[in-house]
Amino acid sequence: MKTVGLDISAIRKEFPTLSRKVNGKPLIYFDNGATAQKPSSVIDRIDQYYRNENANIHRGVHTLSQEATSAYEEARITIQRYLNAKYEHEIIFTKGTTDGINLVAFSFGEMLNEGDEIIISAMEHHSNIVPWQMLCERKKCVLKIIPMDNTGELKLEELDKLLSERTKLVSVTHISNSLGTINDIKTIITKAHNAGAKVLIDGAQSVQHLKVDVQELDCDFYAFSGHKIFGPTGVGVLYGKEEILNEMPPFQGGGDMIKEVTLEKTTYNTLPHKFEAGTPNIVGGIALGTAFEFLNELDMGAVNQYEQELLNYATKQLSKIEGIKFYGQAKNKTSVVSFLIDGTHPYDVGTLLDKLGIAVRTGHHCTQPVMQFYDIPGTIRASFAFYNTFEEVDQMISALERIIPMLKD
Amino acid sequence: MSIEEKEQSIIDEFAIYDDWMDKYEYIIELGKDLPLIDESKKTDDRLIKGCQSRVWLDAEKKSGKMHYSADSDAIITKGIIALLIRVLNEEDPKDIAKAELNFIKEIGLQEHLSPTRSNGLVSMVKQMKMNALKQVS
Repeated sequence: MKTVGLDISAIRKEFPTLSRKVNGKPLIYFDNGATAQKPSSVIDRIDQYYRNENANIHRGVHTLSQEATSAYEEARITIQRYLNAKYEHEIIFTKGTTDGINLVAFSFGEMLNEGDEIIISAMEHHSNIVPWQMLCERKKCVLKIIPMDNTGELKLEELDKLLSERTKLVSVTHISNSLGTINDIKTIITKAHNAGAKVLIDGAQSVQHLKVDVQELDCDFYAFSGHKIFGPTGVGVLYGKEEILNEMPPFQGGGDMIKEVTLEKTTYNTLPHKFEAGTPNIVGGIALGTAFEFLNELDMGAVNQYEQELLNYATKQLSKIEGIKFYGQAKNKTSVVSFLIDGTHPYDVGTLLDKLGIAVRTGHHCTQPVMQFYDIPGTIRASFAFYNTFEEVDQMISALERIIPMLKD
Repeated sequence: MSIEEKEQSIIDEFAIYDDWMDKYEYIIELGKDLPLIDESKKTDDRLIKGCQSRVWLDAEKKSGKMHYSADSDAIITKGIIALLIRVLNEEDPKDIAKAELNFIKEIGLQEHLSPTRSNGLVSMVKQMKMNALKQVS
C-alpha cells in the first residue's frame, strides 16, 4: 500500500487498544470522529504524573508543585508552537471544544448588545449551535445561518448577504463531523474580517487530520478537544488572539484567575490564567502536550495523503453495495464516510457491525439540523485515522455484505 | 402463564442459540413478524425519542389486564419490544409494576437496555410500568 512517510504497522503498535478483541474479533476502530485511541506515550505520561509528580500547580513553593507547574506550562508552549500561536498565553486550557465555545459565547458575548448578529452554519455540531442560541436569548442578539447544498458544502456566496455592520462574530466548523466537509475557512475569515466581525473556528475534527497554523489562518479563536487528537478526555484548548482575550471579561470566577481578592472587589489575573479558574486538569494538560509531541513526530502531509487514500478506497468499495446512499460528498473532504443502506436502520447496522468487532457510530452525530436537512433519522459513520488500514476497510465491507441480508426482508 | 413463567420460556428458547448471529437473526425475525401497533396510533404523544432509534408505545386496560402495542423504526429494537410485549401483555397491572424483567439479561441482550444505548427501550420499559402503575392507583 502507498504509505509514503508512514509506517502503519509500526504506528499501530503505539496504540495498545488497537490490539484488543471485541466480541471475539480483532477490533476495527472506525469511530475516530468521536474519539481517537491513545498512543503509549500519552498513557505512560499520565501514569508517570500520578506516580511521581502529582501536586497542585502555580504558586507552590515545594519541589513537586514546581515540577508539575513546569510540566503543565511546558505543555502549553508545545501546543503554542505546534499551532504557531504568537504567544503562549493565547493558549487557554479548557475541558474541550464545547467548553471553549461556551467560554467565548459567555465572555465575548458579554460585550454584545441587543440586535448584534452572530453567524453560524447549517452543518454545525450542537456545541456550536446551542451556546449561541443561549447567548441570543440572553442578550437579544440575532443568529444567522450560512446554508449548505446537497453535497454538504456551504453556500459561501450567501455569507456576503448575511454579513452586516451588526455582525460581531462568525462561528463555523473547520471540518463537519457528520459529513466530513472541509470548509474553506480562509475565505470565511477574510469575508468576516472585511465586515468587521471576529471569527471562531470549531476545530474539533481538524487538528488530528490537518496541520493548523492559527496565524496563517488569521482566525480570532480556534477551539478543539484533546481526546480527538490522541490526548486524554476532559482537556482541550481555546486559542484566542491576545488583544481580544484581554478585552474579554472572565468566564468563571475562582482560584488561579485572580490577582487580588478583597471582600469588596477582585482584580483579575493576566492571560491565560484569567480564563482558567480553579485547579485545572493538570495531568490532562501535560498529557495533551505529549499528544502534540506525538503529532510532531508525524509527517502530517503524509498523514493527510494516507487518510485521503483510505477515504477514496472506502467510498469506492462501499459504493458497490446495493442501495447505499452517501451523505456528504463535498469536493474537499476528510476521512469520514456517512451513509445509509436502503431498507436498513443505522442502529441495526451499527449493532451487528459491533458483533463483528467493528466500531462505527450511528445516529445523528450531534448534528440534528444536518439530519433534518436530508430528512433522515441518522447515518452510519465510519471515520478513519492514520492507524486504520485498507484491510480493515475490506473487512467492514465483508461484514456489511453478511449483515445486510439479515436485516432486509 | 405468569410473567416469570413467560420469561423462563423465552430463556429456554434462547438457550439453543450459542452463536450471536443465530440469536440476532431470531430477534430480527420477531421484529419483522409482529404487526405491533396500529399506524393511526403512531402519534407524537406515543413517541419515545431515543438518540438512536424511535419507539411508539400504546397502553390500554382491558378487563383488568394491560394491553400494549408498540413499534420502532429499528428492527432489533422492534424484536426486543416483541419479547417485552409477549411477557407483559394480558398481565395484571400490579404484577407488571413489580416485574424485574431479568430475562433480557439472561438471554444476553442487556446491552440494549443500557441507558447509554439511547435506543428508547429503557424509557419504553419505564413507560410500560408507569402505564400499569396508573391503573393500580
